[in-house]
Amino acid sequence: MTDDDHHRPVPPSPIERRVTALEQLLTERGYVPEGFVDEFNRAYENDIGPMNGAKVVARAWVDPEYKTRLLEDGTAAIAELGFGGPEGHYMRVVENTAGVHNVVVCTLCSCYPWPVLGLPPNWYKDAPYRARMVREPRALLAEMGCSLDGEIEIRVWDSSAEARYLVLPERPAGTDDLSEGELATVVTRDAMIGVARL
Amino acid sequence: MKLDVDGPAAPPRSNGEVVFEAPWQARAFGLAAAVVDTRFGGDREPFRQRLIAAIAADPERPYWESWAVALEDLVTSTGLLASDDIDRRERTAGVGRNPADP
Repeated sequence: MTDDDHHRPVPPSPIERRVTALEQLLTERGYVPEGFVDEFNRAYENDIGPMNGAKVVARAWVDPEYKTRLLEDGTAAIAELGFGGPEGHYMRVVENTAGVHNVVVCTLCSCYPWPVLGLPPNWYKDAPYRARMVREPRALLAEMGCSLDGEIEIRVWDSSAEARYLVLPERPAGTDDLSEGELATVVTRDAMIGVARL
Repeated sequence: MKLDVDGPAAPPRSNGEVVFEAPWQARAFGLAAAVVDTRFGGDREPFRQRLIAAIAADPERPYWESWAVALEDLVTSTGLLASDDIDRRERTAGVGRNPADP
């Protein structure tokens, strides 16, 4: 993978530039309070955005055939549930097992699967996360509250414009009686990035 | 800001939730919410009417693009920003910035 892989193969579209221009001017002139859009987006980051991914995970937990398709061709299986778009153009889903833990990072910028996880959390974009998750994933995961036994293999996936990753967490014990809809509420954004286990 | 659930100004939804497919769409959403809040006392009707008009003007255009057009119409027609200023800023906006990094 080269550095170029991380960046969009095309420059910002006219509409992206237009919205950026509007945001800069409205903020500079005081019509939009400093931090308002960030705060507004934070609500989506934590609550609304990740629900799409949670539905994908819940479906995979209850439907083994769907899970097989999901792991073989993430983009197509996710599209079956109606999710997709420019920031989820090529999705790859990686499965956690008893012996393997997956975690996603974008080492150079903040490539992130928007259609399934919504807005990226701020720490995902921070340099320390991007650097340390590659160098010392076990230590960083422990600091983030996700301590893993030494025998669990950690696989770090570097997101890019070409491939965006979604972690399929293990279905927690004691959830046999839950419906697919109830299972979706158990899935967290952090578990789908791989910085938490359920 | 409340969004229409159905009708001409309703955003794309999936299982009842508003769907964003790219970072700029969420930025545009938040910007309109802020302007409606700070400059229109929370009255979203002026924006909503422009959104309906923007969608009607080009029904094939993606929803959030019409949203951005409506936002621009709102801020230029009420004198908050001048189109020339936006044009000038657009030429430099986004340069050296990863669009996926809001």
